[in-house]
Amino acid sequence: MLISRKLIDIISSRWMLVCLSICLVLPLAIGSGLVLKSLPLLKKHSFSKLVSSSDWSPSDGQFGFWPFITGSLWVTAIALVICIPLCLLASIYLTQFTPKWMLKAMRPVIDILAGIPSVVYGVWGVLVIVPLVGDTIAPRFHVDSLGYSILAGGLVLAVMSIPYILNMLLEVFRQIPLELGEASLSLGATKWETIKYIFLRKGRPGIFSAFGLGFSKALGETMAVLMVVGNVAQLPTSVFDAGYTLPALIANNYGEMMSIPSYDSALMFGALLLFAIIIAINILSRYIIYKAELI
Amino acid sequence: MTIKRKLEENFFRGLSAIFTLLIVFVLLHIIWSIAQKGISALSWQMITQEPKGGFYLGKEGGILNAIAGSFYLAIAATLLAFVISLPVALFMNIYLIKYRRLLLGIRFFLDVLWGVPSIVYGAFGFVILIYLGLRTSLGAGIITVAVMIAPIMIRAMDEVLKTIPIGLQEAAYSLGSTKTETAYKVFFRQALPGFATAVLLAFGRGIGDSASVLFTAGFTDYTPAKLSDPAATLPLSIFFQLGSPVDEVQNRAYASAIILVFIILAISISARFLSGFSKNNQ
Repeated sequence: MLISRKLIDIISSRWMLVCLSICLVLPLAIGSGLVLKSLPLLKKHSFSKLVSSSDWSPSDGQFGFWPFITGSLWVTAIALVICIPLCLLASIYLTQFTPKWMLKAMRPVIDILAGIPSVVYGVWGVLVIVPLVGDTIAPRFHVDSLGYSILAGGLVLAVMSIPYILNMLLEVFRQIPLELGEASLSLGATKWETIKYIFLRKGRPGIFSAFGLGFSKALGETMAVLMVVGNVAQLPTSVFDAGYTLPALIANNYGEMMSIPSYDSALMFGALLLFAIIIAINILSRYIIYKAELI
Repeated sequence: MTIKRKLEENFFRGLSAIFTLLIVFVLLHIIWSIAQKGISALSWQMITQEPKGGFYLGKEGGILNAIAGSFYLAIAATLLAFVISLPVALFMNIYLIKYRRLLLGIRFFLDVLWGVPSIVYGAFGFVILIYLGLRTSLGAGIITVAVMIAPIMIRAMDEVLKTIPIGLQEAAYSLGSTKTETAYKVFFRQALPGFATAVLLAFGRGIGDSASVLFTAGFTDYTPAKLSDPAATLPLSIFFQLGSPVDEVQNRAYASAIILVFIILAISISARFLSGFSKNNQ
């Protein structure tokens, strides 16, 4: 009896260790797999040329990633510019200005927004945002636009990032000790002054990381952006131009990537770029959170 | 001076209230605008039939293949992820509880993994498929999605297990139970309602994701019968129907989106219910 229990214990703990190792080795495997696949391309063209060239014609063997990198950065930047003030003020409102039940009532809204699949955001984008940009916003600036544009991608992405960033900001404000605010209020500061001078300063590392994580999340978003951004490999000159993002490039071309030489290698290089950028931002942001929590 | 302070206070109070309302409005607008477009195309035929010839040109049929495919894929992937995640989460909270730095490192690592976009998992899965000389299939989709949702599940389970007091563990040891018995008979039972929420969270992520299955599960008009068949999924079905130039098919895309949102809502509500239940239980 005792021996069998011991045996089960040993087997089970080994199995646990195996599972943990799988989880830890996996990202390394992903990273090295992508590197291996993009090596053939890197042998033909130098890294700096691949990243900075804007000549994208796979059938001629020209792979310039610059249009996709700028497209991704544009869309993500627009999303964050809209999302950051919105989420910051909403999280302040929900944690500071309102009674607790309000926050409780908002939780399901945030959860549902977070749970809606990206393809549904894409459908909404095609239905609402694309006509809005094409028929209302663009004419106001006297530009012709089909609506499928960088701006549309940014707007849809902004909505998608709301629940993600808002959740993290709520957590940041929840962790700030209550006494700090009370001390400030007792010195005669108004509620807003307390928020501005105490909470925003105290929560700065957390807020900064929330934006970092939001940025990396938005950068990797595929389906919704793919559906509204227009998918034209060009250097966008204004936000009303159609653009192309790195994830959309990968998703759109996997079907034909085996028929053109080096194409698969180029797409995997795109995935590697995305993976590396996102991992780097993630590590930095998480590190700031962990450091702040330890203090 | 005081007027300016008061003004500033009220300005930001008002602005932040408006922004909060705006978020609620956006959610309602998403649901309302899709429902309004799709409700007319919604029918029993949609969810009980497979696509017939010319479905994507506006002919008869439904999206049963995609609904079934999505459920097969998400359920199997969730089960597979559970089999890997449960031991890892228990291991972290029982065996590694004393090694704080290591534990912190692993949590950090898993959090970083959580941020990897699904398209990268999809691309990587595709590389492996080609390397092995396989075609897109239900099985490949299941593995890819399982790998993608495992870090989410582990961290969610870990958060639940973290709240269990160390005294419980010590009590179990003092009664002579092994670590394994403590893990599966004491900790697992204690954390069960929280685990259910973790599993539902991961399931919701799995069923809604499209970028990872695009490469690995493929797309087909038939309900998959075995693991080596390609499988259609609901998000991709919506995507392809919306790409059609025919109005009728586009409306069906909206109807399919309603179905998907409905599934997600059901998952979200049951997760909320279960987590409320677990809080009352403690």
